[in-house]
Amino acid sequence: MKSKKLALPYILWMFVFTLVPLVLVISYAIRDENGNFTLEFLAKAMKYGDVFFYSLWVAALSTVICLLLAYPISYIISRSKERTQRTLTMLIMVPMWMNFLLRIYAWVILLQTNGPVASLFSLFGIKLQLIGNTGAVVLGMVYEYLPFMILPLYTVMGKIDNSLIEAAQDLGSNKFNVIRKVVFPLTVPGIISGVTMVFVPATSTFLVSQYLGGTDNIMIGDVIEKVFWTDKNTGSAIALCLMVVILLCIIVMNRFGDEEAVGI
Amino acid sequence: MTKKKRNILSKLYIGIIFTFLYAPIAVLIAYSFNDGKTSVWKGFTFRWYVELFQDSSIMTALYNTLIIAVLAAVISTILGTAAAIGIYNFKGTPRKLIQTVSNIPIINPEIVTGVSLMLLFTFLGRMLNFEMGFVTVLLSHVGFCTPYVILSVTPKLRQMDNHVYEAALDLGCGQWQAFYKVVLFELLPGILSGFLISFTYSLDDFVISYFTRGSKFQTLPIEIYTMLKKRISPKINALSAILFVVILTVLIITNIHDARVEKRNKENHGGTV
Amino acid sequence: MKRILSLLLMLTIVLCCTLALSGCKKYDGEINVYNWGEYVNDGSDGTMDVIAEFEERYNIKVNYTTYESNEEMYSILSSSNSSYDIIVPSDYMIEKLIAEDLLRPINFDNVPNYSNIAEEYKNMSFDPDNKFSVPYSWGVVALCYNTTMVEGEVKGFSDLWREDLSGNILMFNNSRDAMAIAMQMCDISPSAPTKEDIDKAFDKLMEQKPLLKRYAMDQTFTEMEGSQAAIAPYYAGDILTMMSNNEELSYCLPEEGSNLFVDSMCIPKSSQNPELAEKFINFMLEGEVAAANNTYIGYSSPNTAALALMDEEITSNELIYPSKEYLDKCYTFSNISDDVYSYMQEKFIEVQAE
Repeated sequence: MKSKKLALPYILWMFVFTLVPLVLVISYAIRDENGNFTLEFLAKAMKYGDVFFYSLWVAALSTVICLLLAYPISYIISRSKERTQRTLTMLIMVPMWMNFLLRIYAWVILLQTNGPVASLFSLFGIKLQLIGNTGAVVLGMVYEYLPFMILPLYTVMGKIDNSLIEAAQDLGSNKFNVIRKVVFPLTVPGIISGVTMVFVPATSTFLVSQYLGGTDNIMIGDVIEKVFWTDKNTGSAIALCLMVVILLCIIVMNRFGDEEAVGI
Repeated sequence: MTKKKRNILSKLYIGIIFTFLYAPIAVLIAYSFNDGKTSVWKGFTFRWYVELFQDSSIMTALYNTLIIAVLAAVISTILGTAAAIGIYNFKGTPRKLIQTVSNIPIINPEIVTGVSLMLLFTFLGRMLNFEMGFVTVLLSHVGFCTPYVILSVTPKLRQMDNHVYEAALDLGCGQWQAFYKVVLFELLPGILSGFLISFTYSLDDFVISYFTRGSKFQTLPIEIYTMLKKRISPKINALSAILFVVILTVLIITNIHDARVEKRNKENHGGTV
Repeated sequence: MKRILSLLLMLTIVLCCTLALSGCKKYDGEINVYNWGEYVNDGSDGTMDVIAEFEERYNIKVNYTTYESNEEMYSILSSSNSSYDIIVPSDYMIEKLIAEDLLRPINFDNVPNYSNIAEEYKNMSFDPDNKFSVPYSWGVVALCYNTTMVEGEVKGFSDLWREDLSGNILMFNNSRDAMAIAMQMCDISPSAPTKEDIDKAFDKLMEQKPLLKRYAMDQTFTEMEGSQAAIAPYYAGDILTMMSNNEELSYCLPEEGSNLFVDSMCIPKSSQNPELAEKFINFMLEGEVAAANNTYIGYSSPNTAALALMDEEITSNELIYPSKEYLDKCYTFSNISDDVYSYMQEKFIEVQAE
């Protein structure tokens, strides 16, 4: 029980399968074929700066929408009867079990020209191009990651004692103040963990924009995939940049909450 | 606002969110009954369900996915539980360091993990002369599942009373006996949830398998990806309809079971007090 | 709850495993075939599932995987330590593979059906001594358009730059084909371009980008068959397939002339079963097999025995078997240096990322 040895296999494992691959990425990114140090590939990666910013923007937008949608529903669930709570959380988890490519494909069918949603709109005389734009990409992202926002929020909200809210009401707080002064501060850890769980994967997603976006909606994940097959060096350089950017974002987010909040 | 109004409003909101969550799934299932290969509705049929079980490439992919998921979950549960206990006994900086490195696969974007593992396997492949395939996919899956096992076991370790283990030793248990009778029992919920998380993540993984599968090994998500590029076969819709029903049934059964257990516990409690 | 959940999960797993295993069978050998997507008869039209037929006749297991472009095939072949027994690259890629010593000479004694190949498809420029390749099928790049969505006539590649079709145009998502069309628009011969040519094509593609719905390869099928896009350049055989799935579609042989390609079966150096691979090639050249296969995939056949067995309606189709005059207007790709090639690749990704 006191044994540290039990961790040995895993430490070895991490060395081979976590650290060495990262070293390889860095080495591919900054060394040419002859093994000399070069900034050529990082410079090439910089050409995709616009795509980087676009990806961050789409991810941020999706995260905010997820948060806005998830906050009320998590609150409603956490305040309902225990039995209902269980059923509702279960129903939120079910779509996560379906393959993510299939869910995207389903949106392609829903949003296509003359598809179900478009027909619905045209009933009211509205003609809309629903697919092939940033809106569709954001919609796809929100759909993919909404459960990852709801679940951590629901967990922290479930822990808030009802009597705390009642006490605040008794002391004369109105509804808005109860939420702002009591509920919100207590849910900050949930928000941070939800935001991390949505923002990080959303930034680096690939394929979503290939199916739901148009020619202007390429994201950094797609670029890495495309470049990587033909040019491992530049591909690694972009991957390296992405990693650094994500890391910075996580550090910034952690500043807002305590250490325990991040993670699952 | 009266309480009643609020209730209606929140029900409406729940309704909207669930429509959003389930509309695409409904579409997927509806198209599994479509008698045509494109997204144009051509009449009702069951034939895709029949053809699904005759399609050897989908069936092989399904089989591969399940084998990988089971093996990855088992291996990473063992590796991760052992690691969690081991790490728990480290103190201070070494412990922090190990935990940080262990969390890298969780924090790192999947695509970066995928790309880096591919570099590793091509590198090792050249050195040791092997091809990417089943083994490399399995290794990668164990790699990204184990951190989740550690994360779900560690809290249980913290909750556990260390004295229980010592008491077991005092009462004449051997070290090994004490370990599996006391420690493992206490950790069981954490281990099980780690296993389940690993199983689910492995089952659904596309990105990392995509980069580490080599060129011949197909898992279900990759099969779906290949199809998605041209025409998705309604057979895949049929498969997802079946999976959906299975998952839903399993979850409903556990839900009912839970409710019963809870009720019984409450009643028992009421009786004794 | 978790105990029950995992128990049930296990149950499903065991169930599925037995299901999958019950379909297993012992084979005498195994070959890895790496072919283009949608490029073999899978029996869904009720004629012949070519791969299954081969497996059954010789009791050899075929691991069949697909790629979307010559470049994808090349990068997998050269970088992933994988061993394939059959690949089906196009002309210029064969030239490149030969130059890089990645192909194994075929032992034609094991391929007696080679005599079925028409004379004009032997000793082609990319393999002048005919040591490494056996033609699988050929075709041209043409335009597919939706008659209800395009107003007026479609004449050639210039229609891919038409403002009134904005948002409904698809374009090749592969550097060589996309750049070639752009070069034709700039009056440059796309056979063996230089970096300057690529720069010009780059500008032309940038000009087209705002008009596009998306860059697509195999996705073109879904887009055109579902009437989601108005016009797309694609390979003639596939256009025929699309047309059979959507009556609104029609085709056009571009007036500017077009790219003529020949895809051939080759055996990579890394093959571990070259003899089985030759068996496979010989099988594919059989008149009946080739006829069933080419009828299904829609591409033109270089196989005289097969042509004799095929429907008049197909062999007289101008899209699939264009006139000699039209073919004379067409060009083939030649191999380009790695330097120029990676420049082209880079520029094409730049078009998409800009």
